[in-house]
Amino acid sequence: MPYIPNTIQDRQAMLEAIGAGSLEELFAMVPSELRLDRRLDLPPGLGEMELTAHMARLAAGNTAAGSAICFLGGGSYDHFIPAVVDVVSYRSEFLTSYTPYQAEAAQGNLQALFEYQTLICQLTGMDVSNSSLYDGASAAAEAAMMTLHATRRSGRVVTADAVHPEYRQVLGTCFANLDTELVTLGTPQGTIPLEELEAAVDDRTACVLVQHPNFFGCLEEIEPIAEIAHKAGAVLVVAVDPISLGLLRRPGDYGADIVVAEGQPLGIPMGFGGPYLGVMACREQFVRRVPGRLVGQTADRRGRQCWVLTLQTREQHIRRDKATSNICTNQALYALRAAVYLALMGPTGMRQVAELCLHKSHYAARQLTAGDQFSLAFDKPTFKEFVVRAAGSNVDHLIDTAAADGIFAGVPLGQWYPELADCMLIAVTEKRTKEEIDRLVEVLTGSTV
Amino acid sequence: MRNTQATQLLFEQSRPGCRGVQLPACDVPEQPLDELLPAGVIAEEPPPLPELTEPDVVRHFVNLSTLNMSVDTHFYPLGSCTMKYNPKRNERLCSLPGMADLHPYQPESTLQGMLELLYRCQEMLGEIAGLPAVSLQPAAGAHGEMTALLVAAASFRDRRERRSVVLIPDGAHGTNPASATMAGFTTLPVKSTSDGFVDLDDLAAKLNGKTAVFMITNPNTLGIFEHEIAKITQMVHDAGGLVYLDGANMNAILGITRPGDFGADLMHYNPHKTFSSPHGGGGPGAGPIAVTEQLAPYLPSPMVVKEGDAYRLDYDRPRSIGRVRSFFGNTGVLVRMFCYLLTHGPDGLRRVAEHAVLNANYLLAKVKHFLPVPNGDRCMHEFVATASHLKSDKDISAMDIAKRLLDHGFHAPTVYFPLIVREALMIEPTETETKATLDAFAEALFRITEEPADLLHDAPHTTPISRPDEVTAARKPVLRWTPEQEK
Repeated sequence: MPYIPNTIQDRQAMLEAIGAGSLEELFAMVPSELRLDRRLDLPPGLGEMELTAHMARLAAGNTAAGSAICFLGGGSYDHFIPAVVDVVSYRSEFLTSYTPYQAEAAQGNLQALFEYQTLICQLTGMDVSNSSLYDGASAAAEAAMMTLHATRRSGRVVTADAVHPEYRQVLGTCFANLDTELVTLGTPQGTIPLEELEAAVDDRTACVLVQHPNFFGCLEEIEPIAEIAHKAGAVLVVAVDPISLGLLRRPGDYGADIVVAEGQPLGIPMGFGGPYLGVMACREQFVRRVPGRLVGQTADRRGRQCWVLTLQTREQHIRRDKATSNICTNQALYALRAAVYLALMGPTGMRQVAELCLHKSHYAARQLTAGDQFSLAFDKPTFKEFVVRAAGSNVDHLIDTAAADGIFAGVPLGQWYPELADCMLIAVTEKRTKEEIDRLVEVLTGSTV
Repeated sequence: MRNTQATQLLFEQSRPGCRGVQLPACDVPEQPLDELLPAGVIAEEPPPLPELTEPDVVRHFVNLSTLNMSVDTHFYPLGSCTMKYNPKRNERLCSLPGMADLHPYQPESTLQGMLELLYRCQEMLGEIAGLPAVSLQPAAGAHGEMTALLVAAASFRDRRERRSVVLIPDGAHGTNPASATMAGFTTLPVKSTSDGFVDLDDLAAKLNGKTAVFMITNPNTLGIFEHEIAKITQMVHDAGGLVYLDGANMNAILGITRPGDFGADLMHYNPHKTFSSPHGGGGPGAGPIAVTEQLAPYLPSPMVVKEGDAYRLDYDRPRSIGRVRSFFGNTGVLVRMFCYLLTHGPDGLRRVAEHAVLNANYLLAKVKHFLPVPNGDRCMHEFVATASHLKSDKDISAMDIAKRLLDHGFHAPTVYFPLIVREALMIEPTETETKATLDAFAEALFRITEEPADLLHDAPHTTPISRPDEVTAARKPVLRWTPEQEK
């Protein structure tokens, strides 16, 4: 067995020191009637060469996005990942280290996470960031739960169907055993209708949870929304695209109280859905209710600047059933990746990548809707993604035809929105060239651009 | 030899005009920003991130990494964490473009290799657990606990049974009660006997018609196998409840016994413990769960199903609790787990359990003379020693020992857990350590217990920092860097 270093001689010596006659004796605690009396029904073990061949075969059964042209979005995106992000996160001392409970053995992790927390605050304009949650959806659910306790209102949470359907499903699962009502406003025009929001947000409402840009890529009227929430004493939770923050006004500057995000665009591979990065940042007043680990700055006994996990009394290992969350293992390595990405990009890089996404997605939208086969589903400003309606063609058929041509054209929306069954969501990142966009249009419209 | 200039905070090294990434110019016709976006939506200034060059960033983070201990550099006998060797072949294979560069919403015809891998993970985890229905969706062990409890809650709701209480042994990991609360239950602790096992009388007294689930870790958090487990599960089932097995300690029983066979109805795995996925400084992990056939309909959606030779995602699960996260799961971790399972096969996994238990018993035999192990001379894959006599006789605490071990080039074991042992040191060597390492560790521990208390109170002495002031860190939290002007 490749990873068991003890020899037969070692085993003998060890059994002698223990005073046992055999390995079998060491399992005496396990009653014989509970012992498995056969081998586990699993395929026999493979050496590295055979395993590599096996995995190559499985990998060949997939089409990597890089072998196609990817216009898929909906919370996971084909953004460019600089090589440095990989090199840093593959360092043994980051990859194979443990949670930094023993601060003296983990200043590398603690400082990197402190830097991550700061970078997220700088990106979002918020006061405090934690050092990660699982993903954007669970971060949104945790944020909503936070507001139930923070406001002492548990009557209602107001959201909209322009928030990612999977985020709302997770919210629904979490709320199944609670008495809280989840109100979901329709967005037939692509964004939240303000009068309906105003009518829905009352004095039992703990929070308003919106996504901006939303799942359709549309920009919400975020400042009036903030006003409506705050007037009713509700907390404003905004789910954002971190790439958009290179260009758009920061949530901290327009009145968000809690910000959550899917951090995958910040240097994390698409990876068939995970691991990803749940971002959460909030105003100072929520700091003691924040779930997840927090890294704080302090001094050691000789006055040297250092970092530790802090406010741990919020967490499960101390507060147990009264913890702010049950989260233990988080996405630390991926927070590190995001920190490296943001450090490399800096303000200029983030601005540039956002502008590229904006211009390229708008170019794609214009070219696609130039003829009469496609129209924009919503007449709203968009960032990086947009929804097109196919006049008369079957969207699934269009997507299959494009896939056969090596293009992942878009995400069909009928699976979540029956009224949008003739629509698909198209994302255009900085990686998509003009040629690739023109090719998309060509394949979808059957005409040259 | 340490480069203290490079390890200054990123923000302190920022210089205007520097950047680490150069993107290409826009190759599509651009429209003016104010035609594309409404007024007031565009930020007046870019976000105040630091400005650094690529060499700055590399030198900074590589130097930071050298300030960590890790499995690749040190012995890490953390009880309950299973800090075993993280195979490098798994890293290489899970980052193949055909594995890593896959969008979660790609057409299923372009994902057949990945779906096959995930389907086989479902099957293998079901076989190892003795519980046939598996969900790969949860992102961590605690997440798996919560998900399984939601499954239990849904099944009771369907049967119109109002069961609101979860029973948990007093030695349990903190995530157990925290997860129960998040799933909407109230919790009640069950006492342990003086031998460290679940107190059957206390359990009997607390089981009733309101009991939904009894959560148990087996081997338990003292590293001993609950030999009455069959009786325990019988008692819980007789009261109409379900048994949840916290699978954190699966490393001790792989191929030896199976949770489904000893009466568990639900369990979670920690692939970042048992199946060697690296801990990454605190995550990511994963928390796949396995349940009985009767509970299968309630599992999160989607699951991977096989139809003929093709694989697909099955969303048609009307009684599912729904989703607990976006997209499929922590796939990268599952791919590493798959590689690990294929590497070991049934014989390999059994050897893992045998050697994990051998190593732990050997270390117990070496240390028990100077660090008593209250629960006796035998253990499974981990054991709990106590420093309480050292504390009373010499004022040496478990924390002091832990800190001094760092000077000796070992990461500390888990301390002060489980709560039921005073001055606890929970030690789990794992099967990937040599006898020589265990001997050196036992030797270091012995020497430490003979050192003067003063030396230990100020330990560690040879690490970059020592004894951070955690009290002030909590009282006046500084959770981000702030520029001078704003302070």
